[in-house]
Amino acid sequence: MSNDVFVITEHMDGKFSDVSFEMVGKAKELASAWGGQAAAVVVGGGVSSNVFASDSTIHIDDAALSQFNPEAYGKVIEALVKEKSPKLVMFGWTASGMDLAAWLSARLGKPCAAYVKNIGADLTMSCQAYGGKMIADVAPEGDMAIAAVLAGSFPVEAGQGSTAATTMASPVSLDGLKVKFVEAIEPAGGDVDITSQVKLVSIGRGIGSKDNVELAEELAGKIGATVSCSRPVVDAGWLPRTRQVGKSGLKVKPKLYLMLGISGAPEHLEGMKSAELIIAVNTDKKAPIFNVAHYGATADLFEVAEAMLELL
Amino acid sequence: MNIVVAIKHIPSIADDLPVKGNNVDFDSVDFVLNEFDEQSIEQAALVKEAVGGTVTVVGVDLIGELDNVLHLALAKGADKAVKITGDNPAADSHMQAKWLAEAIKGMSADIIFAGVQASNDLDGQVGAMIAAYLDMPYIGGVSSVEVSDHTVTVNKEFAGGVGAKYSVSLPMVVGVQASVKPPRYAPVSKVRQIAQTATIEKVAPTGEASAGLAFKKMAPPVATGHAEMIEGSSKEVAAKIVELLKSKGLA
Repeated sequence: MSNDVFVITEHMDGKFSDVSFEMVGKAKELASAWGGQAAAVVVGGGVSSNVFASDSTIHIDDAALSQFNPEAYGKVIEALVKEKSPKLVMFGWTASGMDLAAWLSARLGKPCAAYVKNIGADLTMSCQAYGGKMIADVAPEGDMAIAAVLAGSFPVEAGQGSTAATTMASPVSLDGLKVKFVEAIEPAGGDVDITSQVKLVSIGRGIGSKDNVELAEELAGKIGATVSCSRPVVDAGWLPRTRQVGKSGLKVKPKLYLMLGISGAPEHLEGMKSAELIIAVNTDKKAPIFNVAHYGATADLFEVAEAMLELL
Repeated sequence: MNIVVAIKHIPSIADDLPVKGNNVDFDSVDFVLNEFDEQSIEQAALVKEAVGGTVTVVGVDLIGELDNVLHLALAKGADKAVKITGDNPAADSHMQAKWLAEAIKGMSADIIFAGVQASNDLDGQVGAMIAAYLDMPYIGGVSSVEVSDHTVTVNKEFAGGVGAKYSVSLPMVVGVQASVKPPRYAPVSKVRQIAQTATIEKVAPTGEASAGLAFKKMAPPVATGHAEMIEGSSKEVAAKIVELLKSKGLA
C-alpha cells in the first residue's frame, strides 16, 4: 500500500482530453495531503506524454495498445495497479473510463465510486447520481479505491505541466486478445454542424414523439436557429445523431441555447454548459437544468412554443 | 445462439427522490426499467432476428415488482425471463452484478447485453462487472452489433460523433448505448396476454459482492446558481422569452 494516486489519462489523435488534466490536478492535491505521489498513467502510443504536472508519468506503450482496446488497456492497468498498490486510481467517467473503472473494481475486489464530482482528503467522494438530481457522499472502505470522475469537475490548468515520462513495456502479455480494434469511425457528415450554430433550440425527452419535432423546427426557423437535442431523442430515432449535444454527442457553445423538455442530466450539461444564454422550459420544477440555466420556466413546452410562434 | 440480457430495476427519477437517513428512501419511490436496458433488449431481439437463437432476460427482483418489466421484455421479443429473488431495494451494482453473473453462468451465454449505465450506478455499471466476474471481454458505449459465427463486430461511441469498430470473439458482454433501431413498441394487449400465460423462472441469489461504499449523505445538489425563473401562464412565459430574445438581438 502506498499513498499514491494514479490517474488513468485518455488521449485520442495525439491529444489528451481535458478530464485527464483535471484529474492530474486533483491527484496532486490529494497525494500531497497524503504524503504520496501523483502519477499520470499514459497507455498507448502516438502521443507526447510530457505534458502533465504530475509527480511522475508512467507511459506504457506496445503495438497492441496503439488504439483504445478495453481488454488490453484493462490488463495493463490491472497489472500496474496490483504492482504499485496506489491508494486511489482515477478514471474519467467517459467512453473509455467507463469500460475500465467498474471492471477493475470487480477484478480487484476494491470499491469504486462513479459519477464523481469531488474527492475529499478523507477520500469521501461526492457523486452526482440519479440524473443529477442527487449528490451522494460516499466513503470507500479499505485501503484502496477507484474513482470514475465526471469531466468538468476540476480545473484543467492545475494538471498541465511538463513532467518527463518514464516509458515502459507492457507489464503483462498482450498475446491472444479477444478484442481487436478494426477501424476508427469518423463523425457522420451530411448534416448541419450544430457546433458552429449561433442559436440552438434543443429538445429533450419531453418533446414526446417524432411528430412533435416539427414544432421545434418551426420555432427554430422563426428565430434563425437550428434544432439540437439530448440523447434520448436520438435513441428514440426522432433526430439523427449529428444533432446530439452532450457527453456522447457534441459540445456546443452557442449564443442562445433554448431548451425544451430537457431535464439536464450531467451527461447533457457536459455538452452545453458554456452556452452564453441558456433558457430552459421544463414541467419539473426540480429539474437539475434550473441550476445551470440563466432563465427558466416551469411550463408546458408545447404551450410555450406555440405561444412563442404567435408572437414571432 | 444464446443471447442474454441483464437488466436493472432502478428508482424512477421522474419524480423527487425522497431521502431516508443517508440514502434514497427506497420504500417511497417507484422502480422502473433502466432506460438503457430498453435499448439493450431491443438490440438482443435484433441479433436474434438476424442470426437466430434464444433471448433470455434476467434481472434482480428488488422490490417484488420485476414481473411487469419481464413481461414487457417478453412482449418485445425475449423468449425466457428469469428473476433473481434479491428482495433488497438497496442492492448495489456490485451485488447485483455478482448475482447476475452467477445466474448467467448456467446459461451458456454466447453474448450478454447490459445497458451501458444506469442513473443509480454509484459504484459502477453491472455490465462491466458481470464481464469481470465471468472473465469475458467488455465493451460499453455500443451502438451497433453484428454477429457472424463466433465473432461479433461492435461500434463503440466516443465523444463528438467519433467511434471505433471492434471485432470480438464470443462470448462477451456488450454495454449498449443505443440499439441499431429504436426500441419497438409492444401493444398493451400483448403484454397483458403474456402476463397471464408466461412463466418466469425464479432463482435464489448466489455469490457475494459489495460496493464497499459507506453512504454519508444523500441530498439534492446545492446549487451554486439558479435560473431566474419566469413565472406566469404559458402565454406569459412565451411573451417574456420572446421579449428577452429580442432585447438581446437573438430574435
